[in-house]
Amino acid sequence: LLSAGIALPLFFALGLAGLAVGLGLHFSSGTIRELELDYTGAPRSNHDCARCTNASATSGPCLCTLRFELAEPFPGPVCLYYQLSNYYQNHRRYGVSRDDLQLSGDPWGLRVANSLFNDTFTLHRLVNGSFMPVPLDSRGISWWTDSNVKFRNPELVNGSLATAFWGTAKPPNWPCAAYLLDAGNPNNTGFVNEDFIVWMRTAALPTFRKLYRRVHQGNFSAGLPHGTYRLDINYSYPVLPFKGTKKVILSTVSWMGGKNPFLGIAYLVFGSACILTGFVMLAVHIKYQQQNQMDED
Amino acid sequence: MCAGEEKRVGTRTVLVGHRPVSETDAYVAQKFCDNRIVSSKYTVWNFLPKNLFEQFRRIANFYFLIIFLVQVIVDTPTSPVTSGLPLFFVITVTAIKQGYEDWLRHRADNEVNKSNVFVIENAKQVRKESEKIKVGDIVEVKADETFPCDLIFLASSSPDGTCYVTTASLDGESNFKTHYAVRDTTVLCTHEAIDSLAATIECEQPQPDLYKFVGRINIYRSNQEPIARSLGPENLLLKGSTLKNTKKIYGVAVYTGMETKMALNYQGKSQKRSAVEKSINAFLVVYLCILLSKATVCTTMKYVWQSNPFNDEPWYNEKTKKEKEAFKVLRMFTDFLSFMVLFNFIIPVSMYVTVEMQKFLGSFFISWDKEMYDEEIKEGALVNTSDLNEELGQVEYVFTDKTGTLTENSMEFIECCIDGHKYKESISEVDGPLKYYGKAEKCREELFLRALCLCHTVQIKEGDQVDGLIGHLEHRSTYISSSPDEIALVKGAKKYGFSFLGLENDYMKVKNQNNETERYQLLHILNFDPVRRRMSVIVRTITGKLLLFCKGADSSIFPKVQQDEIQQTKAHVDRNAMDGYRTLCVAFKELSQEEYDQIDKQICEAKMALQDREEKMAKVFEDIEANMHLIGATAVEDKLQEQAAETIEALHAAGMKVWVLTGDKMETAKSTCYACRLFQTNTELLELTTKTVGHSERKEDRLHELLMEYHKRLLQDFPKNRGGHKRSWMLNHEYGLIIDGSTLSLILNPSQDSSSSNYKTIFLQICLKCTAVLCCRMAPLQKAQIVRMVKSTKGSPITLSIGDGANDVSMILEAHVGIGIKGKEGRQASRNSDYAVPKFKHLRKLLLAHGHLYYVRIAHLVQYFFYKNLCFILPQFLYQFFCGFSQQPLYDAAYLTMYNICFTSLPILAYSLLEQHINIETLTSDPQLYMKISDNAMLQWKPFLYWTFLGAFEGLVFFFGVYYLFQNSSLEDNGKVFGNWTFGTIVFTILVFTVTLKLALDTRFWTWMNHFVIWGSLAFYVFFSFFWGGIIWPFLKQQRMYFVFAHMVTSLSTWLAIILLIFISLFPEILLIVFKNVRRKAQEHPLSSCSLKLPAITAFLGVNKSNIQIENQREVGAEGTSRGHPSSPASCLRQHHPYPNYPIHATNQKCPL
Repeated sequence: LLSAGIALPLFFALGLAGLAVGLGLHFSSGTIRELELDYTGAPRSNHDCARCTNASATSGPCLCTLRFELAEPFPGPVCLYYQLSNYYQNHRRYGVSRDDLQLSGDPWGLRVANSLFNDTFTLHRLVNGSFMPVPLDSRGISWWTDSNVKFRNPELVNGSLATAFWGTAKPPNWPCAAYLLDAGNPNNTGFVNEDFIVWMRTAALPTFRKLYRRVHQGNFSAGLPHGTYRLDINYSYPVLPFKGTKKVILSTVSWMGGKNPFLGIAYLVFGSACILTGFVMLAVHIKYQQQNQMDED
Repeated sequence: MCAGEEKRVGTRTVLVGHRPVSETDAYVAQKFCDNRIVSSKYTVWNFLPKNLFEQFRRIANFYFLIIFLVQVIVDTPTSPVTSGLPLFFVITVTAIKQGYEDWLRHRADNEVNKSNVFVIENAKQVRKESEKIKVGDIVEVKADETFPCDLIFLASSSPDGTCYVTTASLDGESNFKTHYAVRDTTVLCTHEAIDSLAATIECEQPQPDLYKFVGRINIYRSNQEPIARSLGPENLLLKGSTLKNTKKIYGVAVYTGMETKMALNYQGKSQKRSAVEKSINAFLVVYLCILLSKATVCTTMKYVWQSNPFNDEPWYNEKTKKEKEAFKVLRMFTDFLSFMVLFNFIIPVSMYVTVEMQKFLGSFFISWDKEMYDEEIKEGALVNTSDLNEELGQVEYVFTDKTGTLTENSMEFIECCIDGHKYKESISEVDGPLKYYGKAEKCREELFLRALCLCHTVQIKEGDQVDGLIGHLEHRSTYISSSPDEIALVKGAKKYGFSFLGLENDYMKVKNQNNETERYQLLHILNFDPVRRRMSVIVRTITGKLLLFCKGADSSIFPKVQQDEIQQTKAHVDRNAMDGYRTLCVAFKELSQEEYDQIDKQICEAKMALQDREEKMAKVFEDIEANMHLIGATAVEDKLQEQAAETIEALHAAGMKVWVLTGDKMETAKSTCYACRLFQTNTELLELTTKTVGHSERKEDRLHELLMEYHKRLLQDFPKNRGGHKRSWMLNHEYGLIIDGSTLSLILNPSQDSSSSNYKTIFLQICLKCTAVLCCRMAPLQKAQIVRMVKSTKGSPITLSIGDGANDVSMILEAHVGIGIKGKEGRQASRNSDYAVPKFKHLRKLLLAHGHLYYVRIAHLVQYFFYKNLCFILPQFLYQFFCGFSQQPLYDAAYLTMYNICFTSLPILAYSLLEQHINIETLTSDPQLYMKISDNAMLQWKPFLYWTFLGAFEGLVFFFGVYYLFQNSSLEDNGKVFGNWTFGTIVFTILVFTVTLKLALDTRFWTWMNHFVIWGSLAFYVFFSFFWGGIIWPFLKQQRMYFVFAHMVTSLSTWLAIILLIFISLFPEILLIVFKNVRRKAQEHPLSSCSLKLPAITAFLGVNKSNIQIENQREVGAEGTSRGHPSSPASCLRQHHPYPNYPIHATNQKCPL
């Protein structure tokens, strides 16, 4: 099957293909802009959010701000992610308590929902000395199948979602009841709230990013131009007790998704390895042939 | 009046027709079992518990049951369904299979048990169901009916009190056997008459030997002393055999139901287990260790990790109340069990099912093989067990019988000598008249021919066609006998004018040269037995003369005749033996009436004995057959089977050692060995026979001297550092050993026990260093002894026994693999064998092609199964390091369950059934390939480690490849994120594709079926994933997989990653294949390779071809050159032993006839 006659061209072809794909990926990954903003506010850091880490839940939401510069424009659509680290959303005890059948209609009492990430962000751009809000789209951040099929609110009782949720306790850590999530928007409240759905798709690894908002509307439909920005954070999610960090990430996306140098490099390495092997094989092949010819002579 | 008086325990007394015979003798009513045959194992009621119990006795099933129970009891990461479903599947399939088989057995039992039989009760014929027969019932059986139980034959419709029986369904012998009614009850052939019989039967308790029966009947008549008659196997009609050519018979039931000899014979065939299974178990232990260490590592790491309180119980993930309250040790234990459950898939349930299916289905390839189909007997190979298929590829020692195995066992009368004169038909006149050489006296010639006509147990089977002419009947009849030699002799006598016409009312009819029919009353047959190696008949001529004719092996006849007669015949016999003919000597003696009366009494007494009858008979026979006069000898040729020599040579070239174990005499066996190239002309023969050892008192010392001498010689030839070349063929010398039965027993059972074991080991060392060993004059048990001896040597080599006769059964059962030849000596060998083939030559394909392939297939199957489960579970293990050692499964439960059952099972099954990594023709023609897999080469630790490393490498690639892929914020072009189930699904997809493609890379022989299952499995995986993720399943608590797969395939990055990781995983494998190909190509180069190619064959073709005698004219395969005029070694030897011209003794013996 794999004689030298087939294997040698195969290796070279594979190698070249690998290099080509690798270069493509590497180039694509290079064009992607990404900005990481840590706002954990560790106690002895002079971060603005540090004061919020001590605030108790009773004193109400703690607001902190973060100013940053974009040296180059981020072409749209720009995604706003939050990232948590050392957060074991994939812990079995954490995930095992959920019950998806409840999420399509019945009340619940479970850890995933209870620990819903509840920091909120708003973004402003400095235009002519004043900060203009950047419109953040909260829709379309979850899988379409999740928000439209898998997660369903209970049947309305007397035309009211609140009555449908009557008698169910709100998750203890939540500031408000489920039916009050994004209260203004009836299509984005209760179980079908997209922030909630995104949170419910448990992450694979202890350091994970989740899509928060997307910037693709209004003046910013072409992306974020370079300049100064201010991120207002409604800080209420404690991460320091488990030595975690919180970050906000602004990232553009391409056909390959977000920035990831790994895939490109892996392809380049694989391609080079193939070609290298091809050459070694060729050398061995030629050597054997010469030997045989010498034997014949 | 002869009556034995022994009444011992271990006999049973049967009242014929349940009638008490006398008031004085109080018989304790014995209880016997009823006539129900129960071959089924289960009933409707006990099927479930009994079957389950038996299935869970298997260690693997039990393991999975434990895992399942742990899952049910302990809170484990995967649902009990994941291991319960496969286990349930396996158990159900096995139970259904066993249930079906048992149902068939029930049906067969019922057919037998409910069949109608006729029992005589109160002089009336009563119809009964077979199962209602009780011991003591008188049963009537009509022609072509099967005997419902073991019966003592009382009376028959034929006036001479005989009946014909065929035992085809018992031992496969289709010839008619004559059975004899008890002499005194022969006349009782009506209902009334038989009902008046008052008799008791004493006989031994049931025992399985079909050919042994000892009993006595006491017949009571009013006011008379009871008459006692001996009963032997000839009076016993066995259940399962069929009545032929006899209208009806009456018999009394002695053994019923499960105590019949047939039922006893169906039990107790021990299960043979193959070496591969031992390897599997060893690997299993390794994987169990891996499993345990993984679980231990994870448990330890979990508690180390949890020692940080922020890891142990972060605010978002509080412990349950139960968790908080449990003791720490208990928690650790449950954690350990949970990890065990999580990783338990590393030991696959399905492997056992697949192995079983592979063996079961694979064995059909042997029985379907058209090349092993024999036109003559219209049968192909037979597989009695499928457990040993792969063992056929591992054989190191082949023990073969000679007669009927290496040779055709179709005997042809070649020549005879009478008083030292040679009589041989000229070839030109095949059916010509007798050539009188006029050397011996005419009356001696006639005596000799009459002896041939009378001294045998041949029967005449009359054909259906009778050419009826008025007053002249000519029967188209054939001779049948259990011994082909006898037929050859009778046919030989016919050629010289004396033909045997058959036995009629104890009279043997012989037509002499003048077409007159002579009648001889047959008084006694002293049957052949392998110890005496003789048989005799005592007849009375019309004139009232009493004659004993005896024929047998020369060694057993010569001591029994006048010593001065031996010389002239011996020369003939020796020369004939050199030529490879089977020789028999014929002797006679005349008996006076007094002598005969004495003999008659002795025989009668011996026959009456209930205990040790055989020994007593042998003793009596020994005494009778003495002081005889030698008349002459016969030579019968046993043709070599076609391709016997080529087959032996191929087996040699394949590194197997061939031992011939035969009951035949040394000279005959030796010449056969030369003819079939077991010994070559340059083979140095070491002889340990009575000839070299001698008969003297000092024979044991002499034997030890010889042993030491041979041992020294062999040691010089085999330097010690040759250890690695176990099957090397580059020896300076080839040694062959010849040993005979008596010398062997001297070695194995020495008289004085000092240092005897030492000699035994020396003998064994000599044996193992010889390329060929010939053991002649072996008793059946000695054959088995030899096999056992070799089997238990260091390294326990795999042995194979092949034979065709009942005397080979013991060695067939003893060896790892027993092969029966469907020969002429009945079907006992093939019944007891693991595989049966029509001819010896089929052994070549069976071992070199089938055995090799089965071994490679199953070895690959086993390694592949372990490999694919290692790379299946390793990512799951690694994932624990990233999920806080919380036993979070990486894959969805459906994937965990289906991986081994659906996604990856069929391709390997198809591979393990169809793979031919080298095509069959090459395998058959190049025996050296067989050596490549010797010593279980593919299941040694080295290949196992290779596969394990491959699995580990791929597991690492899968996991870390996807891990680094997930460092990305998003893999979709819309910025949405994937969760942990997508992570697992990507790994799983790469896994399924990689292991399937790896198998595709290993597949050398593609059939449409391979294509279908390999690509079908992958397509099924994709289809299933879409389907599984496409529906909200109402019975699932969590819809983890909802649209996960569909989302995954929309991501280009994921596609690229999957393709890349599959390539990287397969890269080492491809590299290895290519390097192997390059190297092989270099080796296949003509100049560098020809010196390696088949040294044995080429050496043979060059040197020995023209010197070897092959009986059947064939072309030597490889070179296509035909042998010119063979000058056999035998014919060379003939010149050294010129035909001696002994002066004709003036015989002063009278012609008795």
